[in-house]
Formats: sequence, structure tokens, C-alpha cells
Amino acid sequence: MSEAASRVPALLAGELRVVNLGLQAFASDLERRGVAVLHVAWSPPAGGDLKRAALLAALDDEEDADA
Amino acid sequence: MSPSAGAAGIKAANQAALARLVEARPMLVDCRPAREALGLEGRRVLHAGPPLRWERACPTIQAAVLCAVRYEGWAADDTGARDLVTRGEVALGPCHHAGAAGPMTGIVTPSMPVFVVENRLTGTRAAATINEGLGRVLRFGADDEAVVERLRWLAAEAGPLLGAAIRRVGNGAGIDLRAIMAQALRMGDEMHQRNVAASSLVARLLMPALARAAADTAALARVAEFVAGNDQFFLNLAMAAGKASTDPCLGVTGSTMVATMARNGSEFGIRVAGLGARWFVAPVETPRGLYFPGFTAEDANPDMGDSAIVETAGLGAFAMAASPSVARFVGAGGLAEAVRATEEMAEICLGEHPHFRIPTLDERGTPVGIDVRKVVETGVTPLINTGIAGKAPGTGQIGAGIARAPLACFEAALEALARERRS
Amino acid sequence: MTTVALVKRSAYRDSVLLLDLARELRALPGVREAAALMATPANQELLAGSGLSSEDALAAGPNDLVIAIRAESAAAADLALARAEALVAARDRPVGPAGRALPRTLDSAWRRLEGANLALISVPGPFAAAEARRALLRGLHVMLFSDNVPVEAEIALKQLARRRGLLMMGPDCGTAYLAGVPLGFANAVPRGRVGLVAASGTGLQQVATLLADSGEGISHGIGVGGRDMSEAVGGAMALVAIDALAAEPATEAIVVVGKPPAPAVRAAVAARLRAAGKPAVACLLGRGARPGREGSLTIAATLEDAARAAVAAVRGHAWTPRPFGPEITGLRERLTSARRALAPGQRTVRGAYAGGTLADEARLILDAVRAGGPGVTSEIVDLGADEYTVRRAHPMIDPAARIAEIGRAAADPRTAVILLDVVLGHGAAADPAGDLAPALEAARRSARAHGRDIALVATVVGTDADPQGMRRQIARLEGAGAWVLPSNAQAARAAACIAGGEPALAAILAEAGA
Repeated sequence: MSEAASRVPALLAGELRVVNLGLQAFASDLERRGVAVLHVAWSPPAGGDLKRAALLAALDDEEDADA
Repeated sequence: MSPSAGAAGIKAANQAALARLVEARPMLVDCRPAREALGLEGRRVLHAGPPLRWERACPTIQAAVLCAVRYEGWAADDTGARDLVTRGEVALGPCHHAGAAGPMTGIVTPSMPVFVVENRLTGTRAAATINEGLGRVLRFGADDEAVVERLRWLAAEAGPLLGAAIRRVGNGAGIDLRAIMAQALRMGDEMHQRNVAASSLVARLLMPALARAAADTAALARVAEFVAGNDQFFLNLAMAAGKASTDPCLGVTGSTMVATMARNGSEFGIRVAGLGARWFVAPVETPRGLYFPGFTAEDANPDMGDSAIVETAGLGAFAMAASPSVARFVGAGGLAEAVRATEEMAEICLGEHPHFRIPTLDERGTPVGIDVRKVVETGVTPLINTGIAGKAPGTGQIGAGIARAPLACFEAALEALARERRS
Repeated sequence: MTTVALVKRSAYRDSVLLLDLARELRALPGVREAAALMATPANQELLAGSGLSSEDALAAGPNDLVIAIRAESAAAADLALARAEALVAARDRPVGPAGRALPRTLDSAWRRLEGANLALISVPGPFAAAEARRALLRGLHVMLFSDNVPVEAEIALKQLARRRGLLMMGPDCGTAYLAGVPLGFANAVPRGRVGLVAASGTGLQQVATLLADSGEGISHGIGVGGRDMSEAVGGAMALVAIDALAAEPATEAIVVVGKPPAPAVRAAVAARLRAAGKPAVACLLGRGARPGREGSLTIAATLEDAARAAVAAVRGHAWTPRPFGPEITGLRERLTSARRALAPGQRTVRGAYAGGTLADEARLILDAVRAGGPGVTSEIVDLGADEYTVRRAHPMIDPAARIAEIGRAAADPRTAVILLDVVLGHGAAADPAGDLAPALEAARRSARAHGRDIALVATVVGTDADPQGMRRQIARLEGAGAWVLPSNAQAARAAACIAGGEPALAAILAEAGA
């Protein structure tokens, strides 16, 4: 398994910019603190149909080259 | 192909398909009979939407087909026409399979004059009939003698003169439809429900050429009046431009972008760039909207027409934010809701159109390149601005509104894309 | 009595928002019971179980929002439904920054938020792993709050994260502090010089709040999820987090908190900590975890000890473990009088916990006391465990499961002590002590009605800067008759002493060498 250089130090040293998926309250909390956050009006993918959701995951744009 | 290569393939394929779509250069180059432009020979009648068997066609489309048979002189009346059709002596087929895009009923027969649009990026050609105007017209299923007379006049006088004029513009270079649409978008058109700006812009280019081409001033006046009097004159040009721009995307292997959306009054069909010529169909819905006096939702025919190619190309309902007056007309409440419609469509599109920009949205491009995956993931289906035909045959237009593409055809396409990738 | 339902088709809302909504509806005049939930099969059962089902509700599907109300009159029901409609609308976030509609998908948000670097994911379990994978593939670090994610998915996600150099915090990562920003359930604690790595949200919260109480802050708190140090996951993220904190200049000491790791993982974590080049503390709660020192690494037996060891390390002081803080005056008298109020057969400590690691810690302390001889028994329930949260929100938000557990404990004649944790901070209920106090009072009343007493022992994990206010919450619990101790370890020991009497206290003091 090849490992890329850790991007964690940059995360800890920089400013958080958060995509929030799920509990809306988390986005509101972050907003109040002045953290850049974009809340997603999420709903279960493919209307909650897990079979189609799996097809969507398999057809994702971004690739996992080492998998 | 390994799975990872497949994934990279999807992204790259979608970028390629989207680039083909948005960089298309549709030029209006001609107007001539479908027989010549499309090679439409014999007793052939084209209709809108995915393939349709006569028995399954809604009465409105059936009425339009019978009217077209009478117009061509293949039968003297509806009884004779129906006889020919049911005996299989008239061949029905989708416009999209013959290089054309037809509004509403979408009827095209060999003698009808069609505009020819050539995509300079790929050399692809697409055609559409001359828009007949509003109200009792063949495309809305009206079928009386006045309809036939207008069609005959279009074939005999308007078509040839428009063709001669178009061939003269820019010494044969044609009329740049993309430039007109980009400009009209800034003037409040979305090129589906509202075409008044685009129609005016194209008329401005056509008039001098028409004058030069006309030998007979009376004929010139009639054609000029017809063009100037039809706010929807440009719709059919937008459709031909849409088809000439989207057709080259069919066959981009791996792409999940929608290349065609069309309805035939019974079914809604889509074709996907990465899946070639296959149609994925589902029962079509009936549009919701506003009705002319005396009509109600009860009278509405299920959605039909190839005009959804306009939305497929990033205009129409997708550009609603550029056309707030349309938003109100189709039941949305002004600018805020128009913007919401466009933003909702952005959620299911691959990108923004680099040439079709919306001033009220800080010059953002219209959402374009519907992604089958995003539609299924979000359950947000494409929104289509549309005219509404009466369901009683022969009624004509009874209103205008909006319709949604049914989710089921995108679900079927997603499954096919997944199968394609596994194999 | 009328039961009515409002069904909103294809309208997903998150569980916390719905819980809050139901609470508000229940408080309306004439409303007896109210529920707001997505009509999944499990939730349909829940509706039926609480007599809130109706024809309308039954017709709803898993993507439909159902608001069900039982009211004293049809008029009250209608009024409540109208109010529900308004409340749903008011709680929705219709637009995001610059007045634009919110994105519908992670991909869309990622395209829109320039420089996005973290995805905070708290969607329902069955969808969580796929969303986390999407985030990692887009180069986002992930905090995965969701639980009920299979371990195989966790392993795959963490392998992917390591290949990409990304943090994959969770699944079941309840708390984190990154670059000074609290995420998930987090207390208001100052920034400082202690770096935390936690396979436990409440463990992290306990250490962070005790550090704050000592005047120390934390540099970062990296959650890794409860299973990270299991054999299967192999400490995949704990090791990444330790490396990051070792290299991070503001971090002067590293504390690792978690449940007992697999032996090989424990060895790897300990080795990495010893090599970190700064003082380190490990509190990996488990039987046979002997406190002591391994080079620069201190092994702490409890979360409190971990915090105290870290304070000592950054200040260059020495420290020794102690069973009770010096601030608890009259300890022996208090324990004795509490014991005296109980019948001889009352020997059981019943723990009703919201924090999993806090429950583990209490269990270990009580087991150690029992091993020391006194006839104490204990039953510690972690109501935040996956099996309790499949159908409902976490007990830190929704008190219902704990209220029920307190009732069961009170009904048991062997119960000597009801022991519990109250966790404050962002994300937690607005007044958790207030939610539980009536149940505690009722527990006492019912015990007394049966001719016995019952002791209530609690700890509050929080700070005065938390929205609920530490002092207010303590006062509320004390008002309900609870004895509130400054740490969970001390609370567990106090409970053991009440249940076990003088011999238990002797065992605890002997163990501590005091």
C-alpha cells in the first residue's frame, strides 16, 4: 500500500473549511464560530434505495487508483 | 478495463461530452423540403419523442398524423388516412432517428420545408420545421382545413423564400444561432417558453436577405408578416440547434451525460452519451401550468415534443433565472423562484455553460450537461418548460406550463451504465 | 382523544431536528404525545408502539416525514399540526452563503466551497460509509460522526485515507477539536498545549474538561473512532494522529485515550508514543492495564489520571494518582451516612451512562473493588452503544432511554446506587440535568414508597463556558438529591463505597496505596 505524504499537518496548521452532511445543528454551531461551512441539504441517495446507492458509489467520478 | 481506469474514464468522458455540447457552433444554413434535407422519401411521417406504435399514440398525435397524411394528399379524409396508417402504408418514425427535432406532436412529412442547422464544430446537421405560430396549429394537434392551408403555404411560398434568404446571409456562412441565443438570454428569453427576443434578432438578420431574395413584393410581405408576427418563430431553430449540439455527444463511451430528452405523449425518453442510440423510457407526466380561457387541467394532454432538447442543451427551464417573466407564466413566483429552478437544475448538471450566461446570476453560466447519476442520487428530475395541448383531438394549444422528466428513465439508464462498466 | 398525522412526502430531515420538533409539539396545550420522524419500517414500529400510528402515517414511506400527534381534542390536534407545519418551515435552512440554495450532494458542496478540507458526516449509518468514501476521494479529511457502520467499511475507509494522507476520524467519532474548532459533541475548552488522540468521544471530553479545570488547554483533539485500536483496524488512525501531534509545534504533550486495544496495537501505539519526542500519556482502559511509566510514556489507569499526568508533564511537576480529590471534605462521613440509609441487601451499583468510555471506566473501577473483596455488584449500561441508537438519537440528546433505565434501576430492590454521567457541550441536550432530574426524583420517591432509600451519584462532564453551564447543571442534579463528583472515576469509586461500605473504601484506599 503506497501512502501519500500526510496532509494532516496542513489541516492542523490551517483554517478549517467544512462540508457538513447530516445534522444541521453542527453546521449552525460552526457558523456561529465563524468557521467556513457549507451545509448540504442531504437526503438518502437514490431515495434510500441501497442497491442504486451502491451503483452510484461504483460510478463515482473520483477514482481510488490503488484499490 | 480495470475499475479505476473506468472511474477515470467517466470523469474524462463527461468532460469530453460536455465540451462537445457547450462548444458546439450551430449555424442556420438552409431551409428546404424534408425530402431533400433529410432524405425523407415515400409515405413517411415523423413524430416527436421516442419510438411510438400507432395503436399506442395518444389521440392528439393520431389526429396530427392523419392531418399530415391529408396534407400530403395521400388520403382525402381522416377515414382514408387512418386506413393507410393502420394498414402500415404510412411509415411512422421518431424525428430524432431522422435528423430532426419536432415540437409538440413533432409531425414532419417529406414536402414540409425544414430549417437546416449545421454544427460547425462537428459537421453534424439537424433540422426542424418552420414554426406555424400559436393556437390552432398542427404541432398542438389541430387538424382542420386552416391548418392544412397554412402548411401548404409554408411549403409553397414561405419555405422556398426563407431558404433563398438564409443561403444568402453572410455569403452562405449562415446565421450564428449560438450568438443569437446568448444575446437573447440577456434579453429575457429562455428559448423554450419565451423566444420573442431571439425571434426578433433572427428576423433582423433575415429581413434584408428576404428582401433581396424576393422577386414578388406581395410574397415578401406575406412571409415578412408571418415571421414578424410569431413570437415563437425561433423555438424550432433553438431545437435544431439543440439537436445539432447534443447529437455529437451520443457515443462518447463512458459518459453519464444525457444527450436527448423527448416525449411522445405516452412516454418520456432519454438517450445517454455513453449508451449510444438506446432509449430509456418511462410514462410521461401531464404538465402543470396556466390555461387559456375555457380550459382547465382536465383538458390537458400528457407531455409531448422534442423541444426538451432545449433543456438538454442548457436552456429552457434550466435558464429560468434569465427569464423571470416566464417563471411567472409557468406558475413560479417571479425572480426568486426562477433562480431556485435554475439552481436546482445546477445540482444535476455537470457544469455551467461558458457561452450562455445569466446576468441576474452574476454572469454564471446556465446549468448544462444533465448527469444521470446526479438525477438518481438527488431524485431531482429535469424541469421542462412546455406548451400544453388539448387532449381532445383537434383542440390545439390550451395553455403552457412546466413538466418534470420521470425519474424511472434515469434509474434505468443508471443501471445500464453500471452494467456497461462491469462488462 | 384524537390521533392525527401530517405527512410530508420526500422530505428528509435529520434526527436531532426532528427530536427538537417533537419536544416543542409535546409542550403545546392539549397535546398528549407527539413524534416527528422519517417513516422507516423501524420508525413505523415505534409509532405503533406509542399508539401514534394512523392510516396517513402507515401510508408514508421511508423518505417521507411524518409528524404524529395525539391530542385531547380534534381542535388541539389541528392547532398542533398547523404549528408543526410552521416549525418545520422555520427550522429549514433554505439558503446557504450568498443567498444561494444549499447543495444537495457532497460533490456539489465540494465544488462550491473553495478550499474545503473537512467533511463532517452525520448521516444515517447505512449511507455513511459511501459518503465518507466520496469525501476522501475528493481529498477531504473526514470526521464520521455516524455509527452503525460495519468494521469492514471502516477498514477500507482508513486504508484509503492513509493512501491519500488524510485523516479518517470515525466512524462513531463523537468529538474532535481541530485547529481550535470544536466538532461534534464538544465542550468549550481553551486552546493550549496538550494534544489528544481519542478512540472515544466522551473519553476525550472528560480529559479535555478536566484539563480545562486545571487551567490547561488542548492543541488538537483528534478522534479516531471507538474501534480504531481493535485488532481488525489496527490503530490505523491513532498512529497517523500520534505522528501528526508529534510533529505539531504547539503540542507539548500527547494523551491517547481509548478502550482496551488489541495487544499488538497497544504495543505499536506505545512504541510510537515513546518515540514522539515529547511526554506522552496513555489511558487505554482495560483490565490488567498497569499504571506506571515506560520511558517518556505514562500509563494512566483512569481518564482523570490521564489529565493530571498531562498537566504534570507540561508543567514539569510530579504527580501521584489519588482516589478522591482533596476538595471533597467529609468524604468518609458522607459515604457512611449514605450507606446507613440503605438496607443490607442493597449492594448493586446501577450505572445508566450516555458515554461509552465513561461506562467502561466505571465498570473497571467497580470490578476492581469487587475483586478486592467487598460484596459489591454492578450493572453498568452504556445507552449510547450502537444497539440502543439504531432507532433513536444518542442519549446525550434524547433522555428517553436513560429515563427508562433509571426507572428500571429504581424498581430493583438490590439497587444501592444509581450512577450516571451528564455530558455538556455543543451538540448535547440544552438541559441534560433538567431532563434527568425528574426521573431521579421519581426513583427516590418510588424506593422510599417501598420502604428503602436509594443513593444517586453523578459526574458532570463540562465547563462553565459550555452553553448549559457546569454550575447550573450541578445545582440541578444536587437539587434532585444527587451527589456530584468532579470526575467519572471519583463518582464510580464513591458509588462503590456506598454500595460496599467501609470495606470498599478500604479496598480503594489500599489499591491507591494511600
